[in-house]
Amino acid sequence: MTLFRVAIHITPRKGLLDPQGKAVAGALHSLGFVGVKEVHVGRHLVIETDAADADAAAASARSMCTRLLANPVTEDFEIDSATPR
Amino acid sequence: MKFGIVTFPGSNCDYDAYRAIVDSLGEEAVYLWHKDHDLMAVDVVILPGGFSYGDYLRAGAIARFSPIMREVAAHAKRGGPVLGICNGFQIACEAGLLPGALLRNESLKFVSAPVHLSVENNRTLFTSGYRRGQQITLPIAHGDGRYTADDATLDAIESAGRVLFRYVDGNGEQSPLANPNGSANNIAGIVSGKGNVAGMMPHPERALERVLGSDDGLLLFESMLAGVAA
Repeated sequence: MTLFRVAIHITPRKGLLDPQGKAVAGALHSLGFVGVKEVHVGRHLVIETDAADADAAAASARSMCTRLLANPVTEDFEIDSATPR
Repeated sequence: MKFGIVTFPGSNCDYDAYRAIVDSLGEEAVYLWHKDHDLMAVDVVILPGGFSYGDYLRAGAIARFSPIMREVAAHAKRGGPVLGICNGFQIACEAGLLPGALLRNESLKFVSAPVHLSVENNRTLFTSGYRRGQQITLPIAHGDGRYTADDATLDAIESAGRVLFRYVDGNGEQSPLANPNGSANNIAGIVSGKGNVAGMMPHPERALERVLGSDDGLLLFESMLAGVAA
């Protein structure tokens, strides 16, 4: 077993109203970042886990997302490649 | 009749629910600790309001995996009545006992206020004491109450009459202004397909005496009592 570090990005499902993202976009516009079209506020998780290899670590992270970390009704998730610690 | 009220770490309306059952309804109630595996032979389970597990990750997401929730899910599967109020509604959705999810209020503000509701379906275990279309006033107090589901799910809920309550204005109109959190179709409460699990963001257990603003919540508990005893 090796210790892997896996980063997970969870964002609101596309098409759902994201009031936090809208509020942040408004603030960015008022700061002069007029090019900003959309902002989505989500969560970033960093998990350190023992696994046989990088694929197993990523598969485990995927299972964590579907069972607990992301709500399948309202959120999408992406898993970065697992890197050994 | 025996009611079981689940106490999660962070629950804060469990005593209100207890008082509703024991003092207002005159029935028996027990607290069910989140780590227990035994429903203590209760007839009805109440998932109360609060901030279980600090609402970390998502409201209700962690409470859903409490040991007691396995028993609550089995109770629901057997057709046993479950009422989720506020955080309890969020937990019931996370646990898959009810469809959809509750997201951050559209205003991004925590809203604590009495709201007008219309009773959309009074042919359920939870609402039989109300008249259909009756306007009632119950308090809400939440930051994550925006009911959301995909279009197919919303259609299924609507066409089956599974909306219990909708937010309305003082004239009974279902307007965007009357919607305190941006919920789809102004939905404030729904019931499961089998009719035995209900979830609602407003707090009926905080509306039991007119001197405190409203006693419109009492009929909900009386409905359950009449329905389960029947």
